[in-house]
Amino acid sequence: MGFPDRIERTVELAHPPAKVWAALTTAEGLAAWFGDEAAIDLRPGGAARMRWTGEGFTADMRVERVEEPNVFGFTWHIYGLPEDDPRRTYVEFTLQPSGAGTRLTVVESGFAQLPEDVYRKAFDGNTEGWAKELGELAGYLDAA
Amino acid sequence: MPLDIRASADIEAIAEQVFTALADPTRRAILAALASQGPVTATDLAARLPITRQAIAKHLALLAEAGLVRAEPGERRRVRYRLRSAPMQVAQQFLAVLARDWDSPLGALTEHLDRGA
Repeated sequence: MGFPDRIERTVELAHPPAKVWAALTTAEGLAAWFGDEAAIDLRPGGAARMRWTGEGFTADMRVERVEEPNVFGFTWHIYGLPEDDPRRTYVEFTLQPSGAGTRLTVVESGFAQLPEDVYRKAFDGNTEGWAKELGELAGYLDAA
Repeated sequence: MPLDIRASADIEAIAEQVFTALADPTRRAILAALASQGPVTATDLAARLPITRQAIAKHLALLAEAGLVRAEPGERRRVRYRLRSAPMQVAQQFLAVLARDWDSPLGALTEHLDRGA
């Protein structure tokens, strides 16, 4: 019951963690597989940005966790929501050595959060003032 | 802000109302008109959409009851309907998780690493 708050994927990569780490945390690496262009200030609180030139879309990220070569986390705006929507999801990559390669897990969480004002507004309207408004609606329908 | 289980159930109910409203082509047309042109009366909507005013009034009443539009008194006692965006923002989170694609980027990452090996 309920809709997922998080997305989780695990992939086995035939490359050591150091190499995977570079692909995830450097501008050159990110631009090679994720965005078309990338910039990153790799420290907690640092800014990162990816750009998809074909779609004309830019994602601004904030670096949150940097524990080389095991954990890299950032937050970003939720795709599809308005620019001024304060909701952000947290993306965390975990790299574990697996034989000669790496088991990479990505977890994106926070889809189920709602800012307090949206939450309040969404419920308020249903409980306040409806008797009055429905009365006006009835009046309109009677007059029509 | 983490939400408790009761709040999740409320969110489910709101999302269901939004998606139920959107599942009907007439209600989609009404919501689209309110979103693109702002608050209007049922009479205005009837002039713009190929639907009878009675059908529009019926759908507006349903949408108002679901909290998706708000009925506001206008000039000369004419009721105008305004879109309420808060329930739509609740429903958006359901779409956001469906629209996020991690499989393609992870496939691209695997290819990138294999190519460089």
